[in-house]
Amino acid sequence: MTTTTNGAAAGEAPTLSTSHEIGGMGHSLRRKEDDRFIQGAGNYLDDVVLPGMLHMAILRSPIAHGRIVSINTEAAGAVPGVVAVVTGEMLAAYKLAWMPTLSGDTQAVLATDKVRFQGQEVAAVIAEDPYIAQDAVELIDVEYDQLQAVVTPQQALAEGAPLIRDEKEGQTDNSCYTWESGDAAATEAAFAAADKIVSLDTHYPRSHPSPLETCGIVADVSPATGHATLYMTSQAPHAHRTLFAIVAGLPEQNIRVISPDIGGGFGNKVPIYPGYVVATAASLLIGRPVKWVETRTENLISTGFARDYYMHGELALSNDGKMLGLRVKMLSDNGAFYADAQPTKFRAGLFHIVTGSYDLPAAYITTEGAYTNKAPGGVAYRCSFRVTEASYLIERLVQNAAYELGIDPVQLRMRNFIRPEQFPYHSATGFVYDSGEYARALQLALDTVGYDELRAEQAAARAEGRLMGIGMASFTEVVGAGNAKDFDIAGLKMFDSAELRVHPTGKAILKLGVKSQGQGHETTFAQIVANELGIPANDIVVQEGDTDNTPYGLGTYASRSTPVGGAATAVVARQLRDKARVIAAHLLEASEDDLEWEPGKFHVRGAPDRSVTIQDIAFAAYTNPPPGVQAGLEGVHYYDPPNMTYPFGSYLVVVDIDPETGQWKVRRMVAVDDCGNRINPMIVEGQIHGGLAEGYAMSSMQYITFDDDGNCIGSNYMDYLIPTAWETPRFELGETVTPSPHHPIGAKGIGESATVGSPAAYVNAVVDALAHLGVRNIDMPVTPARVWDAIHGAGTGGQ
Amino acid sequence: MNITVTVNGTPRSADIEPRVLLADFLRRILGMTGTHIGCDTTSCGVCTVLLDGRPVKSCTVFAVQADGREITTVEGLKAAGVLSAVQRGFKEEHGLQCGFCTPAMMLVGTNLLEHNPDPTDDEIRWAISGNLCRCTGYMNIVKAIQWAGRTRLEEAAEAERAAAGTDEPAQAPEEVPA
Repeated sequence: MTTTTNGAAAGEAPTLSTSHEIGGMGHSLRRKEDDRFIQGAGNYLDDVVLPGMLHMAILRSPIAHGRIVSINTEAAGAVPGVVAVVTGEMLAAYKLAWMPTLSGDTQAVLATDKVRFQGQEVAAVIAEDPYIAQDAVELIDVEYDQLQAVVTPQQALAEGAPLIRDEKEGQTDNSCYTWESGDAAATEAAFAAADKIVSLDTHYPRSHPSPLETCGIVADVSPATGHATLYMTSQAPHAHRTLFAIVAGLPEQNIRVISPDIGGGFGNKVPIYPGYVVATAASLLIGRPVKWVETRTENLISTGFARDYYMHGELALSNDGKMLGLRVKMLSDNGAFYADAQPTKFRAGLFHIVTGSYDLPAAYITTEGAYTNKAPGGVAYRCSFRVTEASYLIERLVQNAAYELGIDPVQLRMRNFIRPEQFPYHSATGFVYDSGEYARALQLALDTVGYDELRAEQAAARAEGRLMGIGMASFTEVVGAGNAKDFDIAGLKMFDSAELRVHPTGKAILKLGVKSQGQGHETTFAQIVANELGIPANDIVVQEGDTDNTPYGLGTYASRSTPVGGAATAVVARQLRDKARVIAAHLLEASEDDLEWEPGKFHVRGAPDRSVTIQDIAFAAYTNPPPGVQAGLEGVHYYDPPNMTYPFGSYLVVVDIDPETGQWKVRRMVAVDDCGNRINPMIVEGQIHGGLAEGYAMSSMQYITFDDDGNCIGSNYMDYLIPTAWETPRFELGETVTPSPHHPIGAKGIGESATVGSPAAYVNAVVDALAHLGVRNIDMPVTPARVWDAIHGAGTGGQ
Repeated sequence: MNITVTVNGTPRSADIEPRVLLADFLRRILGMTGTHIGCDTTSCGVCTVLLDGRPVKSCTVFAVQADGREITTVEGLKAAGVLSAVQRGFKEEHGLQCGFCTPAMMLVGTNLLEHNPDPTDDEIRWAISGNLCRCTGYMNIVKAIQWAGRTRLEEAAEAERAAAGTDEPAQAPEEVPA
């Protein structure tokens, strides 16, 4: 196992069971979807233009909390080219002023009583031209009676705080949910027996996925038939169709959701937003298509934010560095509406994976969420339901524990990793880890970076007054929700599906319930079929995103496409191979039991030249099926995974800090990932690169904050900082392969590992550079100012 | 206002409001949707086009400012039915994922290679630092532009050999063609 710099991850060479021409598992096939993107022929939401299409712009609240006294739309309605001005009162007549969220709460579509966050939707203008719609929005006159804004969860839960959700029956305070996991008594006993208790208080700040394409819709409701075609930037088109049917009361067979090419999602395009509902209602009432595309500011101030967890963690240890128990108290800021996109059973998502990669006999987690006068959201930003926050907390805590015990952070990890022979491993919070070899991944990262030499260099540097740090994170993720027994979103079970049709000439089309936002499904899912059936991947078209033409599925987020949709694809292909065997036996006049499969053909055992290709078999399926066998070579499979998959890895970061300015620079970033078997190594590495960059973004500069009045700071790309190529570090990748034992092709999800694992590694490296000064915590984003403060003894807490 | 802009070599005329942004002119009036809009504040760069050969962010240029001038968009990169080296490089090196920043990245890369045919990693990163990407971490965008640079030089050398009527591999040119 080795790593390479600035290039392909080396490691264990995959076993290739197909030729390059077939292009099954393990081949770095170039992406099929690229041909249209590199020619400017992608078809994104804003590229959709329909005859007679109108344009919508939304008026948003300028204040965070206030009662609406009046809304005057007269001047806006009088602008030439304006077709309609929509208010919440008008929607209320159709019972559409409020809508359900994915987490069982309600959210205002257009405000009728109060505004509860800056940027909340208040009214909408529908016009012939987008410029006119924007002009008219500015002429809507709203009078507000301003109320005190509640901008932190601590304020929200304090005695006497203004009640934000006063419209909600039975809601008497700003508590949004409480949830717990683990065993309180066992954990208390573990802490009572501990030699050492190490704690950390840290805030994982509010962030925004902010894909470069904002959210939008083109709603086209036919006045003649009532049929609604909704083009939406949707990561979950089927689920969205069902929710639309429920929210809007439209018959589901009359709704077709089409999610065209998506310009990045990262969780931002999972929820249903008020703009979608208003545009659909407007199209229904006006009888013409209506387009709404967010501006960047709308995207940042109103749609699905992520994180905003205040975490207190305590780790109980013995003096020789054995972890005995973990206690976590977490407080989340959920904004004005509980619009997390979480599985129903798990109010704080999968945050209870917080025991991470360690054999922790006892753990107890309590969580509470608070309503505040901030945008709703709580989406899993390149993350499987709050795993990012959990991974960050445990990996930061472990480093601090190493300092307190005087043990090297590597040794403390190695001493406590779940060992390979312990899998399947039952964690203290109820997860069953499928497979892992944590020490092997960490060792590869250490060898790659030259760990011992770096520690020696660090000692010398400190003697000279130079600041350099080495940080690491050995994360474990849990992805691929779910099993239907435990996981649903708004009641919809989290299975996923694949429909495969092999045409008479041996070419195929694969239709999926998931939906790519850049992950390369058109290539990788074709490779899964190629691997199973021997049909060249280039002969297989992959179709997604159109609810009329794909089987039902829950969509793409939480790294679930490969674990669930990929499994469905492998299984349906195997079913067709079983049928192909029957047809092959007929063609070869042999017994099915005497046939052997090799990629792309069956031959008679012992007579390799007596064979038929999958293409011959496909033709026969339509022209010469065996007597009593149905014609055709098609199938559909709905896959309910028996468990989730648990990708893992070890990331190692080396930083140098300028003590004069607090500026830190990444010298090395070595990322060893284990996602089981890799379908397309090139695409896997691309996913890791992207996640490492987003992890760096959150660690260093990217966050959304608010002033005391609830004004959003970070409402455009001049304030919401995203690293460019200039700031972004170079990444060195490494790989180990520990297949998932329960997944049909041994794969695990990889789209989010690097965002989950890397923030702790970056921050640990900066803290490590300052550890000898007594620094134990700097909250993200680790700006130069915060580093400078930490150097000068005014850090942001921790102990 | 009546304006005429030469887009990818073809003069295009339209009667437009003075406030129409160049990005909207290309997308909505000419129907050329390869140019995207991402932030409205000249920050993300996905709307980048070449104006008289230089990269500009078309969300903060008025269409009237392009009157009488030449624009190159992603739709103009393919010449005589052949994908440009930069286009091929992005596919070859997996320089794109969602594809939304890609047209702009390719135009900036094309402009860079015209002035600096064999750029270093740092030179490429500096050149594309006005353009954001959320998917790739920039690693493979840099490699894609490097691939394109190498390929352009090889193809230029190949063309030179063909013109000289010899199949012998030429020595690497002392000076790279501009």
